[in-house]
Amino acid sequence: MSGLLLVTQGAISQGVLWGIMVLGVYITYKLLDIPDLTADGSFTLGGCVCTVAILSGVNPVLATIMGLFAGLLAGAVTGILHTVFEIPAILAGILTQIGLWSVNLRIMGGKSNNPLLQTESMISFVSENTGVSQSQAALIVGIILVVIVIAALYWFFGTEVGAALRATGDNADMIRALGVNINNTKLIALSLSNGLIGLSGAMVAQMQKYADINMGRGAIVIGLAAIVIGEVLMNRVKNFGFKLFSAVVGAMIYFLIRAYAIQLGLNVNDMQLISALLVAAALAIPVAMRKWREKAAYTEDDLYASEHAASSEGDKHADRDKGRA
Amino acid sequence: MIEIKNVSKTFNKGTVNEKRALDNLNLTINDGDFITVIGGNGAGKSTMLNAIAGVFPVDCGKIEIDGVNVTRDPEFKRAKYIGRVFQDPMKGTAAGMQIEENLSLAYRRGKRRGLGWQIKAEEREIYKKELSRLGLGLEERLTDRVGLLSGGQRQAVTLLMATLKRPQLLLLDEHTAALDPATAATVLRLTREIVEGEKLTALMVTHNMKDAIAIGNRLIMMDRGSIIYNVSGDEKERLTVEDLLHKFEEASGTEFSNDRMILSR
Repeated sequence: MSGLLLVTQGAISQGVLWGIMVLGVYITYKLLDIPDLTADGSFTLGGCVCTVAILSGVNPVLATIMGLFAGLLAGAVTGILHTVFEIPAILAGILTQIGLWSVNLRIMGGKSNNPLLQTESMISFVSENTGVSQSQAALIVGIILVVIVIAALYWFFGTEVGAALRATGDNADMIRALGVNINNTKLIALSLSNGLIGLSGAMVAQMQKYADINMGRGAIVIGLAAIVIGEVLMNRVKNFGFKLFSAVVGAMIYFLIRAYAIQLGLNVNDMQLISALLVAAALAIPVAMRKWREKAAYTEDDLYASEHAASSEGDKHADRDKGRA
Repeated sequence: MIEIKNVSKTFNKGTVNEKRALDNLNLTINDGDFITVIGGNGAGKSTMLNAIAGVFPVDCGKIEIDGVNVTRDPEFKRAKYIGRVFQDPMKGTAAGMQIEENLSLAYRRGKRRGLGWQIKAEEREIYKKELSRLGLGLEERLTDRVGLLSGGQRQAVTLLMATLKRPQLLLLDEHTAALDPATAATVLRLTREIVEGEKLTALMVTHNMKDAIAIGNRLIMMDRGSIIYNVSGDEKERLTVEDLLHKFEEASGTEFSNDRMILSR
């Protein structure tokens, strides 16, 4: 039983730290309507930069912030490819992501794995100074970060710039006609999003005590899956802050499902397929349901026969038909 | 005053689809002019409005607004001077955002946007007052999403947004064409109230010749990218639809063959 509890706790810690990445994906996917594939690369980038910085003696907090800024830069690259050079957003993201694979290997000195076993991290610092376990420390740090990030995003998207950014995702023609340079708003959104994703990568690397060239693989799909799960569970919330919160909850649920599935003997490598199926199903089911309902609702009988019978005495239709003839 | 000099624009240059959409266009718009624009399909009416708004760069010529040469300014920079209402009611408002958010975006047209709160408390009173002018009861629905409104309501809100911060020029691109007749009449009445009431300078493209004659102080007719007829004042007052059809045939040398315009006379 305590084993299961431990697994649950570990999964929730993971979910919270990955939740920061999900908030980044939320900005591009939900607010800007761009599925930004930079995520897989910028997540790893955040982890690589952070671990390399810590190993070379940089303070873990500063190293984490460096991870955030590295992600920000990666997002800016995608943003410039997309806005200045008008490369479709998905392709721009893929280009950055592919390029980052080499960059990340370079940062880690050619190794595909960069362990943080002997060194201090933000999480080990908390754990040593409070006496809680590593995974509890990760949870505490994660919750604090998530609260700060959600509060900051809530504020930012309520400002004039933030509103212009949301409007860019909603109706680009309109906001351009109202004097906003949508290249700027898109650039800000992509940078902000990938900054958060880099921050998340830095935190996850500190929690798992290593950065790995493949640690971000499938990050975008995990992000979408978490958003979808959050929306299904909390579909009634209207407040923007709660919507962001629901995305983090979605991430926690995702990692819980994943941890239990692995406990039940599922191969870790199958999780990518399961994530992909989950997102595909979440996007496909509403469409399939609508089509099915439209088909099922059709009938050859006159559905409104009673109304027609009642009004036919008013001669409305008869008049119209006469006019035609 | 808006001055358009020798403006031309060719789309798809060097391909089989090459089309000179604007051909040496010249037009002077005085402050307070309310000009209706008519012409057949493909005459260049919308292209002219888009060229003024900066949707695409023109090939040559000059566009000046109040003495400022804006010819090479991108669309978002010219927005400082220009309010616009599009034909498609969905195009002028952000459906997922609240009515007051849409208005606050419009209230800042052409201004630098910073990190201040998007709506200041005192603005709400302005929005309520302005919305009540529409007579649609929207002043009680400030926080409703615009997506909940009908096409006509959205177009009325767009009109309000385009004029919330007084524009040097208002561009109306067949903004009632996609609405049902009753709603179109309402939006047109609001347009006149706002443009005439505030003495705005406006260009209005329409397919309805009666409206074109009845509304505004000037009328221009376009054909093949140029202005072929330009009347104002008393001469415009005396115009009839027959005159316009005759003018068109005389100036362009072709029979007027636009179903939509003939049907709507």
